Amino acid sequence: MSNTESNKEYWRWTESRYTSPDIKWEGGDIISAGVDVGSVSTQAIVLVDGKIYCYSSMRTGSNSPDSANNAMDWALEGTGLTLDKIQFVVGTGYGRVNVPFAGRAITEIACHGRGANFIYGPEIRTVLDMGGQDCKAIRVDNRGKVTAFLMNDKCAAGTGRGMEVFADLLQVHINDVGEMSLKVEEEPEPVSSTCVVFAKSEAVGLLRKGWGKEKVLAAYCSAMAHRVVTLLMRLGIEEKFAITGGIAKNIGVVKRIEDELKIKAPKSSIDPQLAGAIGAALFGKALVEKQRKKS
Amino acid sequence: MTKANYGYKDGSGEYYITIDTDLCNSCGKCVEACPEGVLEMAEDELDPLGDEIIATVSTEHRKKIKYSCAPCKPGGELIKLPCVEACKPGAIEHSW
Repeated sequence: MSNTESNKEYWRWTESRYTSPDIKWEGGDIISAGVDVGSVSTQAIVLVDGKIYCYSSMRTGSNSPDSANNAMDWALEGTGLTLDKIQFVVGTGYGRVNVPFAGRAITEIACHGRGANFIYGPEIRTVLDMGGQDCKAIRVDNRGKVTAFLMNDKCAAGTGRGMEVFADLLQVHINDVGEMSLKVEEEPEPVSSTCVVFAKSEAVGLLRKGWGKEKVLAAYCSAMAHRVVTLLMRLGIEEKFAITGGIAKNIGVVKRIEDELKIKAPKSSIDPQLAGAIGAALFGKALVEKQRKKS
Repeated sequence: MTKANYGYKDGSGEYYITIDTDLCNSCGKCVEACPEGVLEMAEDELDPLGDEIIATVSTEHRKKIKYSCAPCKPGGELIKLPCVEACKPGAIEHSW
């Protein structure tokens, strides 16, 4: 193996940023922002009157305040907008209490509910957030307000981190894992271990048995899908059903969840990984409105 | 009806305390009743725009309630749980 190949980081997903070409922040009435400092990724988003103006999505570093600052700086880059012109910033996610410039911290459960409502519309009743380090099943009403939730944060099975481990093991880029896992003629038995560490050793065994990468990925994606479906079943599913978080971009897992539930999850042009930050920014806007009513 | 499930599932079973945040009347009697300090009164996490203070499972205990609640669940016969007994509106349930 060449040196460059062995140094390749298959798990590294692409960081991104965006500025809306149609919106000018200068004329905005309420400018609010949400920062979702997750265990794996951090998103910062700015809404102008409830519409997406700019955002960034990057990897969370070892230091939550730095990650929040970096994400916000990158989101605002080139826009001329500065932090002091943003009326309310809400922090959410794993590192929510460590966002130095946030006026308030709100749990990611409330934010993902609200964000899914924004991304997929008010008909959404069940949201599955597949994050970097945990997985949440959330029921919401037509305003995106949470009516029930269940989470699994004791175990990395069914999360982005688990998928990163597999991308690295099989030397398949994380963006290609989903597509590749669907390239099997017959669906293999899911890996039996739900624990990421055990599943990895099981996969090593399967590779030794002569299984192709596609087949091993298929076995892992379906195990992951099955695991989160049991979480959803416990909470109860009401249509429509949507998936948020990074894994929502992995077609191999999404399709297997849809097949098992026999429900299609809607697609959106908005990145599902932004749901938490969008929800936080929408709460920021609501908090500005609340303050105005009081005064 | 708003069901907040706190807890986890692991290899040995499902351990969730469910609090119906709509039924909770903010009296705080469950917090006093719990010998292990598992419950606390806090802002409603699910409704950040409201100002209500309701009962919740403290973050410290969320990942170990199987053990935190063990003193009230000796096994064998079913006993009445102090938190469930203390809650007049019946907002607290245990899954195990």
